[in-house]
Amino acid sequence: MNQNTLILLAILALLLPFLGFVLLIFWGRKRLPRQGDVIETGLVLGSLVLSFIIFFNKILYFPNPIEWKFEWVNFGFVENWGEMKITLGILIDNLSATMLVVVTVVSSLVHIFSIGYMKDDVRYSRYFAYLGFFTFSMLGIVLTNNFFTMYVFWELVGVSSYLLIGHWYEKKSASDAAKKAFIVNRVGDFGFFVGIMIIWASLKTFNFGEVFAGIEQGKLSGGLLTAAGILVFCGAIGKSAQFPLHVWLPDAMEGPTPVSALIHAATMVAAGVYLTARTYAMMSADALTFIAYIGAVTAFIAATIAITQTDIKRVLAYSTISQLGYMTMALGSGAYVAGFFHLVTHAAFKAGLFLGSGSVIHAMHHALHKIHDHHTDPQDIRNMGGLKKKMPITYYTFLIYTLAISGIPLTSGFLSKDSILAGAFAFGKLSGHTAIPLIGFFVAGLTAFYMFRLLILTFHGEPKRKDIFEHIHESPKVMVVPLIILAVLSLWFIFGPNPFDASATWVEKYIHKPESVVPHEQQFEFNLPKEGVLVTEYEHALHEAHIPAMLLSLGMAGLGILFAFLTYQWGKISAEKVANALKPVYTFLKNKWYFDELYQNTFVLATLGISKFARWFDIKVIDGIVDGSAHLTKLWSFSVGKFDWNIIDGLVNLLAYITGFFGYITRLLQNGKVQTYIIYVVFAVIVLFYIFLG
Amino acid sequence: MQILGIGILTWIVFLPIVAMIFVLLVPKGRETWIKWISVVATGLQVILAAVLLLNYRYDLAGVNTLEGFQFVEKYRWIDVSGVAWFGRIVIDYFLGVDGLSMPMVVLTALISFIGAIASWELPKTKGYYALYLLLDTGMMGVFVALDFFLFYIFWEVMLLPMYFLIGIWGGPRREYAAIKFFIYTLLGSVLMLLVMIGLYFSTSIIDPVTGEKVHTFNMLAMMDPKNYEPGSIFSGLHTTWRYIAYIALFIGFAIKVPIVPFHTWLPDAHVEAPTPISVILAGVLLKMGTYGMLRISFPIFPDGMIKYALPMAILGFINIVYGALAAMAQEDFKKLIAYSSISHMGYVVLGMAALNTQGVTGAIMQMFNHGTITAMLFLIVGVLYDRAHTRGLYEFGGLANQMPKYFGIVIIAFFAALGLPGLSGFISEAFVFLGAFQTYKWIAIFSATGVIITAGYILWTTQRLFFGQLPERWKNLPDINARELVTLVPLAIIVIFLGVYPSPLINLMNTSVNHLVKFVSEMGQAGMQLGILP
Repeated sequence: MNQNTLILLAILALLLPFLGFVLLIFWGRKRLPRQGDVIETGLVLGSLVLSFIIFFNKILYFPNPIEWKFEWVNFGFVENWGEMKITLGILIDNLSATMLVVVTVVSSLVHIFSIGYMKDDVRYSRYFAYLGFFTFSMLGIVLTNNFFTMYVFWELVGVSSYLLIGHWYEKKSASDAAKKAFIVNRVGDFGFFVGIMIIWASLKTFNFGEVFAGIEQGKLSGGLLTAAGILVFCGAIGKSAQFPLHVWLPDAMEGPTPVSALIHAATMVAAGVYLTARTYAMMSADALTFIAYIGAVTAFIAATIAITQTDIKRVLAYSTISQLGYMTMALGSGAYVAGFFHLVTHAAFKAGLFLGSGSVIHAMHHALHKIHDHHTDPQDIRNMGGLKKKMPITYYTFLIYTLAISGIPLTSGFLSKDSILAGAFAFGKLSGHTAIPLIGFFVAGLTAFYMFRLLILTFHGEPKRKDIFEHIHESPKVMVVPLIILAVLSLWFIFGPNPFDASATWVEKYIHKPESVVPHEQQFEFNLPKEGVLVTEYEHALHEAHIPAMLLSLGMAGLGILFAFLTYQWGKISAEKVANALKPVYTFLKNKWYFDELYQNTFVLATLGISKFARWFDIKVIDGIVDGSAHLTKLWSFSVGKFDWNIIDGLVNLLAYITGFFGYITRLLQNGKVQTYIIYVVFAVIVLFYIFLG
Repeated sequence: MQILGIGILTWIVFLPIVAMIFVLLVPKGRETWIKWISVVATGLQVILAAVLLLNYRYDLAGVNTLEGFQFVEKYRWIDVSGVAWFGRIVIDYFLGVDGLSMPMVVLTALISFIGAIASWELPKTKGYYALYLLLDTGMMGVFVALDFFLFYIFWEVMLLPMYFLIGIWGGPRREYAAIKFFIYTLLGSVLMLLVMIGLYFSTSIIDPVTGEKVHTFNMLAMMDPKNYEPGSIFSGLHTTWRYIAYIALFIGFAIKVPIVPFHTWLPDAHVEAPTPISVILAGVLLKMGTYGMLRISFPIFPDGMIKYALPMAILGFINIVYGALAAMAQEDFKKLIAYSSISHMGYVVLGMAALNTQGVTGAIMQMFNHGTITAMLFLIVGVLYDRAHTRGLYEFGGLANQMPKYFGIVIIAFFAALGLPGLSGFISEAFVFLGAFQTYKWIAIFSATGVIITAGYILWTTQRLFFGQLPERWKNLPDINARELVTLVPLAIIVIFLGVYPSPLINLMNTSVNHLVKFVSEMGQAGMQLGILP
């Protein structure tokens, strides 16, 4: 198999889901069998097979990246620029090949799961069409070789996310959530686009490789380079729901649960991390520090909120945000491979957690339906409990995912999380930013705590609502099988033979941290190669940090789990009492740090206020002037008319009147009587005589 | 290129007039004939535009060189010798196209055709279509005229039918809107007229027939500093009079665009105008303003352009953000779309102000793309208004289930309007920003915030119209019908096609744009450095 074949296969893998979208959107509801769900699922499975072929071929036979370019737009020769053209294309390296597999695996499983979960939905075929469109756009992000198409697909996944969150748009909360997701993402994309503008203006290309080469030649450096890096990362802040733009993701849970699994847990939200990994080489030390802090703060905020939530999906949503923060923090602190590794492992176990919760919600929903209860929230964990007995497969798979996310040995999560913490540890030690590892370890404990809280409240103990519990059943095979597959994918042996050694995994073997192209003075001192020393200071510290980090993280996780059991399983600690004792803190966390209220009262209200002002300004001021000048003109013309009528015509009339007056007077003389005329004549003759003869 | 011995541009301009005569001759009670005549005539115009496209040479620039123009027709039109102290007056009938006008010609033909179909149900058919066809001639003429006088005539020809079309077939406040439109545009025309006369007396060329020196209205002659008589009002470069003339001309065109604060005629005219007239107004007429700047202001007054490029970019930014904000506050669907037009025309202004290849390409693309997208948007408003007889955004909801096909089309148009990649609006906006960023970093960045606001009002509108529960009173609204689909689907296809593969449009204008940018910046800069040139 040669390079061109691989490229061809990649294009095919990209387009198959899109084909499904086109078929289903036009003919899905009426013409296609089963509304086309099988067709769409089959096409995605096709993509999955192709992805595996590409993946294995790439890592086994092609050590170098495979790139294919084509000229999309050509502006010809441009003054002060040269040949201006935009080339697009596809890049297959180990990073994208791995990501390709991750996306298609999760997407395929979600497709299959949805066949059961979305059965009898009002817009069944539309749902599958959108899933196809999403998969297409997501694969576009993975395969692109340039910033331009990255941005294009970036927005396209945003649209599919918008459409799927708003799938049940009859509900106001769903359409609100969809709108919010898109607009908040747009804010991040705005920054991303400004970053792209800087890159285009200074390097005259969008292509990743050419951009990095240009930076290496010093065409973009200093503050502008850092700005470009941070701005590009803004895209990731939006899409990966990082602080301060994380507010959309919890609301996005209004979408169908399999969508939450695919888009809002495993793949799309991880795109931000992927983007950061893609552009990693151009991140300066300042940009990386910024990224690390954003990640750490996000991980911390989200984890604290997750503790207090009672909606099963919201807990998972905040845990997703927190884990994404983890990955971002890893990348920022230099643990590139660990961050990406966590993306991969997280995709499996978080998709599993969501599908598992979907299985629970599905069961709850049916039970509520049976007892004609339309008011109880099927997602509220306070109505659950004891489901373990009724839904054993869901429970045991859920347990594996929970262990994985908590970072317990024998799971994939242990391997990746451990590396992240080791990286943070080394980074904190060398750079002096000790807050990063501190937060990292603390969040590890929090994560274990709230995840086990969720597990215990949902599956352990006595059922809180007996009436519902009686009607709970395990989900059908089409839903359970994906759960089992994902559970297997959450175990260590998928990644490497040794459950305690992350460096033995294939991810560590095939994914390599890219060489930074940033000028040396803008890099961390400890990342630079030194004369006569084989490894950098950072790598050395990383190696040393490995064992302490592992023990510490295990300890934290163990503590978290212990507290969870003490509180929710054995009842040794009363959650209410703790909440009451820390009332202000609890309220603050319960209300998600009041971010929504803050944004609502500042940005949203301000924008609406200004827009109202603009309308007012248009109607009152501008149109006031326009209409006012029209009135003035009219007034003026009226007064001119009056002047015309009264003065000029008045004068004319006066003249006429005077003439008439004299006419009247003279008319009086001419009364038509001959006698009078004779008298005039006689009188005149007398006068004349008097004049001439006198 | 000729058909029946008459140049193809004359055909494309005057075909509607011919059809108008036929329309006027149709006997009473045969309204259908009138409709078909008009649709066929505008359809033929589209075919002629396609013929032009097929024979178009991509390597010719045009702009200020006669050789660069294509399908040129040049005849002596008016030749009066010895009119008082005027001397001899010579005016040419001078038509031609280049990369700046070609996209506009195609757009005009297309939108006129679609507008003709969309006018099917309007009352007083004969009068309506007669005026409509006259309007069509005026618009097409503006885009192909190369003689300033002729340009001005066409500009005015388009004004009158528009006034009647709004004033007679419009909504409740039609008279106010029509008069406002008319007076505003007339104000612009007066400014243009003054500058035109000034230019006429400043330039003179050797008449090829008689060999004597005559004043001229030839635009291309006005672009060459050598043709200016020493001591005349507009001679030299960077003189006060030339700046004044540039500003006057700019305002004249700005009213048409419209650039804030000359924009308030637009929402009124749009809201009152019947659907197809809104389509024409937003789809074609607004572009005449920005086209005028590219065709006349920039090459004739490159010094003024360079001098006032920064204020122009700021105006573009204001248009983008102010228009979007004002759109967000509207409660009338049509008014919202009208304000979105203002916002989207701001991209054109910003791109032109950047005066580089990408910016100007983006600007012209945005003219074309906005023409198609906004035409869709107004047709969409019309579809809803025809059924519900109201446009209040708060009165609807849940239409997605009631009118699924309509919803599908609307989603394409709305997403195109908010600049979603994969649809044509994005490409032009992106190019405008990429271009503007090279010249005015901060203005480009601030303008890009408009993209967020646009997403806000578009999605909010989608939600208010289509999502949530359907009010009881709209339970019987029928979905979009075949005739309406015929008007919308071709536009949707163009929007998607150019969104994925914009090269056909870019290649069409590329040579001319590069030439224009080079010519204007060199001329403007040269004067700047050397002081005053001959």
